[in-house]
Amino acid sequence: MTHQFDTVIIGSGLAGLRAALEAAGAGNVAVLSKLYPTRSHSTTAQGGIGAALGNEEPDKPEWHFYDTVKGSDFLGDQDAIEIMCGDAIRAIIELEHMGVPFSRTPEGRIAQRYFGGHTKDFGTAPVRRACYSADRTGHAIVFTLYEQCQLKGVKFFPELFVLDIVIENNRCHGVIVLEISTGEIHIFSSKVTLIASGGYGRVFKTTSNAYVSTGDCLSILYNRGIPLEDMEFFQFHPTGLYGLGILITEGARGEGGILINGKGDRFMERYAPTIKDLAPRDMVCRAILTEIREGRGIDGKDYIYLDLRHVPKKTIKERLPEITTFCKTYMGIDPSEQPIPVIPTAHYAMGGIPTDIDGRVLMDEKGSVMQGLYSAGECACVSVHGANRLGCNSLLDTVVFGRKAGRAIKEEIGRDTAGKNKKEDIVGARHAVPLLERSKIMIDSILKCNGKERLANIRTELQDRMMEHCSVFRDEKNLKGLIESIRNLKERTKDIYLKDKTRKFNTELIDAIELNHMLNISEVIASSAIERKESRGAHYREDCPERDDTSWLKHTLAFKTDKEIEFRYKPVNITRFKPEERIY
Amino acid sequence: MKRYTFRIKRFDPEKENFRWDEFSVDMEPMERVLDGLDRIKDYADGSLTFRRSCGHGICGSCAMKINGRNRLACQSLLRDIEGRGTARRAPTVVIEPLEAFPVIKDLVVDMEDFFEKNDLVLPYLINDEPPPERERLQSPSEQEMILESITCIMCGSCTSSCPIYWTDSQYLGPSSLLKAYRFIFDSRDRAEEERLEKVTGVHGLWRCHSIFNCVESCPKEIDITGHITELKRLALKNRFRS
Repeated sequence: MTHQFDTVIIGSGLAGLRAALEAAGAGNVAVLSKLYPTRSHSTTAQGGIGAALGNEEPDKPEWHFYDTVKGSDFLGDQDAIEIMCGDAIRAIIELEHMGVPFSRTPEGRIAQRYFGGHTKDFGTAPVRRACYSADRTGHAIVFTLYEQCQLKGVKFFPELFVLDIVIENNRCHGVIVLEISTGEIHIFSSKVTLIASGGYGRVFKTTSNAYVSTGDCLSILYNRGIPLEDMEFFQFHPTGLYGLGILITEGARGEGGILINGKGDRFMERYAPTIKDLAPRDMVCRAILTEIREGRGIDGKDYIYLDLRHVPKKTIKERLPEITTFCKTYMGIDPSEQPIPVIPTAHYAMGGIPTDIDGRVLMDEKGSVMQGLYSAGECACVSVHGANRLGCNSLLDTVVFGRKAGRAIKEEIGRDTAGKNKKEDIVGARHAVPLLERSKIMIDSILKCNGKERLANIRTELQDRMMEHCSVFRDEKNLKGLIESIRNLKERTKDIYLKDKTRKFNTELIDAIELNHMLNISEVIASSAIERKESRGAHYREDCPERDDTSWLKHTLAFKTDKEIEFRYKPVNITRFKPEERIY
Repeated sequence: MKRYTFRIKRFDPEKENFRWDEFSVDMEPMERVLDGLDRIKDYADGSLTFRRSCGHGICGSCAMKINGRNRLACQSLLRDIEGRGTARRAPTVVIEPLEAFPVIKDLVVDMEDFFEKNDLVLPYLINDEPPPERERLQSPSEQEMILESITCIMCGSCTSSCPIYWTDSQYLGPSSLLKAYRFIFDSRDRAEEERLEKVTGVHGLWRCHSIFNCVESCPKEIDITGHITELKRLALKNRFRS
């Protein structure tokens, strides 16, 4: 079946919803999601959204700008960062007016708390910049934006799985999707397509990410010739629940929590003397793993403690209720009485689909624009996060650049004359037909798979290898071994076995397709990591431990070719803050 | 490690029939029911079908009936829900799809109607007054009024457990009524009357008989019946006022 919309948005997380709300002013908008809209991974964001509101103490967008640049280890593009931090206050006030139930100060203003890497006066001391709704900030904003989208008549299509993206003659014409419940394949033909499909943390064994975060659309675009930018930069969050990887918000440290090692030392004092436990995530992760490697884990084991015992019970109850429940449910501990065992957990992709500041997808290092294709949110790389994202900047990124993409789309749709639109719709649908056939063939061939390999074995091995060799510490030898393993696993997928041969709600089929995407993305991550022979932000090479601005102050672009991955580079946009040593 | 029996009610959409399957799984008592379902899907029967996403009780995807009670599979630890085993028989985890919603396949139910009911109560903040330059002020005590209701994750456990909904498919259900509460009691909202009108129809508020099944099944421990009672109180007050 063919559907026609002016705008098709893939993903119902914060970026997709915010863009939909903006684009809804011109033409019709469809939001397609793998899940029901209120179930997207954005709902699990806990700690906050950053803006220099200055509600709790003096703050300035300029300080936020500086912190974000420094947090990115100077790889973030400063034109984009300035836009984000400058627009932050407006964005938060707008969310509040839409109905987001932010936590409040006694005066009834939006409450704010400390977060990692956010400082006053260019790094002198922490500042309360994270606006929050207890520790359910993502959930609160997703629901509000979803509600507003309903009010504006945005059409939602839940439980559709993207099989292909229709690109012909440097223009995107829409997408091919599988309707999960029926197994039918549909064409969504559109004038403009926005990819807001989120991250891909599932390629790692220990992750805070949802099952659905498998990078499908990135993998598809990469296969269609779009480069992927800065894929070597993947953020680990310092505090995942031990053994599970479930996120314990940085807000826990923002409210006074500290990290302690097996000797009972507050070790962050040694690594970041000024802001200590509120250092950026890349540094805290390395510090934790260094403590563990040197035998100072708890009882010599592979975890450390996040200690909230000294934080007032009232604070924990009011501002950290959700993580308290997690600790009780999954570990059987009460964080106000016992320390929480934590480990770094794969959390956020800084890299992704290259875009300009209006979300237009770029095809190369020269900035050539792919017509009719936009991207925003975690899957996109503007780049505001550079080599390391600061906590509470991801939600800000989604609402600022989701809105900007939505505005650009609205303008583009508005510019189109009625006659031309119609013609393009037909052209788009025509381009989609061969891809539809190809998708059908792909699905038929997967359903026929009767080999010997279990999907789960391949997936688990990938996640184990990625965790072992491509997480917080990396080196060339292990990365090369990893790539060999990934290629070997790719071969093994040719011999998989599927028990479910039916069409309706076949989640085994989806698992199989996702696995291919995960392998594809993992190869790009590992290869990009081999190429970058320096250490910067979240990418730490033990064989090249220094940052090298002379050779590597540039963005990586990975292109798919018939043989090896081709790497090209583009300069970082530096407007205001020159690279300096990164000390906290 | 301990051996558990997973007894799962399954629905085959091709043959349109229900059946019960049993699987033996070795698991730690601290593991989640969802881990057990994953293991069955990964290593015993790839066709077993269920929804899941975040894995820690926020997205609301994996609500199902576990040992007779609606719960999230990702939030239920085996040690907390295990049925009593005997020397001969392993503890059993009985899993069924949510009641009262049409079953699509195995543990997956059709939630269209559930979400559509939600749309009926004007589930968005309505305030046509020109907004101030900064945030609308809301005192902590004003926010306290909606604090519990905003934690709803729309998993469907409550509505599926409600005997009124079982007998009246047009009943708005606890989830939608809770949503109405969330906006009516938000100090920033201005559409109390419109919304009350939506929820006081024949299939609305007054059909709730305070059975408390919704409260018992809510994975976020929201006192839904209590919230509905507040709505009833407000509706009555407004009726006598006019």
